[in-house]
Amino acid sequence: MRVDRSRLPVPGATRPFRFPAIEKSMLPSGLRVWSIRHTSIPVIALMLLVKRGAADDPLGKEGLAAITVDMMDEGSGDRSAIEIHESLARLGAQLDSDIGADATLLTVTTLSRFTAPALTLLADIAARPALREEDFTRVRQLRLHRLTQLRDMPGAVADRAFVRLLYGTHPYGHTPLGTELSLTSLSIDDVRSFHQAMMRPSDATLVVAGDCRHEEVELLAAAAFDNWTGAAHGALPSSSALPLPARLNVIPRPGAPQSELRIGHVAVARNTPDYHALVAANMVLGGQFVSRINLNLREEKGLTYGARTSFDFRRMAGPFALQVSVQTAATAQAIHESFDEIAAIRGPRPVSSDELALGVAALTRGYARNFETAEQIGRAATQIALYDLPDDYFAEFVPRVERVTADDVTRVSAQHLDPSRLTTLVVGDYDTIAPDLGRLDLGIPSVLSADTF
Amino acid sequence: MNIAFSKHTLANGLDVILHEDHACPIVAVNLWYHVGSKNETPGHTGFAHLFEHLMFEGSEHHDRGFFPPLQGAGASLNGSTNADRTNYWELVPPNALELALWMESDRMGFLLPALTDAKFVNQRDVVLNERRQNYENRPYGLAPMAMLAALFPPDHPYHWTTIGEIDDLLAAKIDDVREFFRTYYHAGNASLAIAGDIDSGEVLDLVQGYFGDLGSGPVVKPVQPDEVTLPAENRLLLEDRVELPRVYIAWLSPAMFADDDADLDLAADILANGKTSRLYRRLVYEQRIATDVSAAQNSREIAGFLQVAATAAPGHTLAELDQAIVEEVERLAVEGPSDDEIERGRVQAEAQFVFRLQSIGGFGGKSDQLNAYNVFLDDPNFFDRDLGRYQRVTRQSIQASVGRHLATTRRVALSVVPRGRAGLGLPESVTAQVS
Repeated sequence: MRVDRSRLPVPGATRPFRFPAIEKSMLPSGLRVWSIRHTSIPVIALMLLVKRGAADDPLGKEGLAAITVDMMDEGSGDRSAIEIHESLARLGAQLDSDIGADATLLTVTTLSRFTAPALTLLADIAARPALREEDFTRVRQLRLHRLTQLRDMPGAVADRAFVRLLYGTHPYGHTPLGTELSLTSLSIDDVRSFHQAMMRPSDATLVVAGDCRHEEVELLAAAAFDNWTGAAHGALPSSSALPLPARLNVIPRPGAPQSELRIGHVAVARNTPDYHALVAANMVLGGQFVSRINLNLREEKGLTYGARTSFDFRRMAGPFALQVSVQTAATAQAIHESFDEIAAIRGPRPVSSDELALGVAALTRGYARNFETAEQIGRAATQIALYDLPDDYFAEFVPRVERVTADDVTRVSAQHLDPSRLTTLVVGDYDTIAPDLGRLDLGIPSVLSADTF
Repeated sequence: MNIAFSKHTLANGLDVILHEDHACPIVAVNLWYHVGSKNETPGHTGFAHLFEHLMFEGSEHHDRGFFPPLQGAGASLNGSTNADRTNYWELVPPNALELALWMESDRMGFLLPALTDAKFVNQRDVVLNERRQNYENRPYGLAPMAMLAALFPPDHPYHWTTIGEIDDLLAAKIDDVREFFRTYYHAGNASLAIAGDIDSGEVLDLVQGYFGDLGSGPVVKPVQPDEVTLPAENRLLLEDRVELPRVYIAWLSPAMFADDDADLDLAADILANGKTSRLYRRLVYEQRIATDVSAAQNSREIAGFLQVAATAAPGHTLAELDQAIVEEVERLAVEGPSDDEIERGRVQAEAQFVFRLQSIGGFGGKSDQLNAYNVFLDDPNFFDRDLGRYQRVTRQSIQASVGRHLATTRRVALSVVPRGRAGLGLPESVTAQVS
């Protein structure tokens, strides 16, 4: 063949992508059982989604949901934590626990031939944890140590402080780990009550993705989760009043070579009709390497290793945030440029058709790669379960994003991004950057201590 | 585990490995250059990685960013540099494979005409920020530098980290970049793996078209330093912006795929990986004097090092942790592992192996594994034998490997302690020099 280097090859038609069918049933306990066949490799992903998370922490008991989840693999029946993990290891199984604001996800990934014993172990962990006091004391101590260590990690300090600034005492106003004060106040009885009240089959979906047949999964699930019954107590958390933080906040980190920045505000919930347009808008603004903010701060100015923005779509309105770590001397400049870019996309410098086409193509043309492994497919299904999305959500994603117009992007940016409401947090060398910050027109910085959060 | 592939070597020396997997409509392109920080010399560290950044800044026939055309075609893409190799990958829908090959071949054949001072200075600044973010401004972030410098002598190619020294990065010249490209970035020093929803015959024609005419460059001499040993125990101390002290204990160990490598891999798991490990059980679960422990056999192309790390709980010293580490290593050398530990280790090795083969590419996946076997062993068909290394491990072989390599008298013990709290480190430690 002859190669033409005078122009780039233009890709032909995209091969269609199909999200595999989800088979669904429900056990008498209310536990939903979903299975998805994926047979390319003998691996199975077993996932238990419970629609309860850190937002369900009672006020003053922040960290309760997360420590409860952490306690679940610390023994079951008369078996110790070590014995549970030895059982998992004999199956080559990997256990992951994720806890977010809205939900908890336990995942066991293993070889297909171990499906039945792995599912029993997942049920032992989720439905029949021992929740012993001596384990609780140890686990809580480890979490307190973790909090101590996080004080030295500028990114973690920024994340913890930023949600607090944005949300205050709202259910989203803390990270799942909680605080030293709240963890210290917890007892094993709190954990037992939380598990009893919140970790119930009525709020749970078991998703099995891999080489499996639905009838078999259903039988195995019914046996494994045999005695797990009951409805969750109490309504899902609801929104409460938001605070009015200072526009500019600083947590001093003397001598730091970089400043860790967060800029954002409370934005929008997962069920917004503007979801697809906002996803496209974010691609242009800060959601990919070639986004405006990364090209500006990294590729033009070399101030950072990378900058990005995100809308965190949750059950209630989640945060929009820009995050970047910039060299200390460029702190004020980076804040100024970031504000500029956020303001510009709302109208002054609207997305061009080329920018939008690139963002949409990046989201849609390679979409199939998000569904390659059993775990990816299972995770996708848990999103459907968590946010009550229609089964054809993934099939419809591509055409819906392709229908987004430049006007849509400008409109949703103007509607959901508000420069006058942006809160900025800097974790950095305050003495060095203070004079520059003073020239930003964001008012007098509120100086905070990392220990406050 | 049968991974069917075909291997072809073009006239210019480029290895091409093709693997068909039609489960998902995507294709992985994975290109390795057999060059890493081990090919650098003292005073010029950080170069291989800085160079990787410049590969994304445009080439002669597309003198603009590397990302936009590929992302616009639905690709995800990235690159990485380590001590032994540099890789570049794209994960593309099948209709964008030709675009990816066009782009990769253009930067392999025609990078230098597009290289400018402005690009060079910009990416050097980005790398300096990467260093600040991932090393200087991160707790314990300077420990790897101190550890490698202590394990390997100053003229050994593993003496420095891939990110490099600040002074070296600042002193780098654009002419060094040109020289580096001519020496290492050519078909004769590269291996291209393409896996996924492809027709091998068609793809081979495409590869021949795009890469076949590129030059092969000079033969790259293998890096073969003298074998190193640690003459004695070396105790070092680093004061850092950390709350809790952590000790890193490391020994020199065999290279990747060498004898004892798999044994030490499993030994590291038995010692300190996960809740079933001996040190977790003792230090974190029972005595509660550590907040975490971990271990890894870091095997590289020329040599390896096995490292155990443990963080002390408040009120406890690193000497307490070290005593337990010494005792558990010794116990493993004397008694060997239990049958259950070996059985678990084998099943876990098998499962981890299969998990790695779930994806065709990206960081890891089948395309990357094919390239690893091809570049390091000249044999992409090493999957079964690689797994076999772990299936053959016995109590005696682990016991003997631990005894041979993990002597307390030949190790580096690095204490990282909060600033001003040198007393928390192991006794008789000498301050490590890192920047």
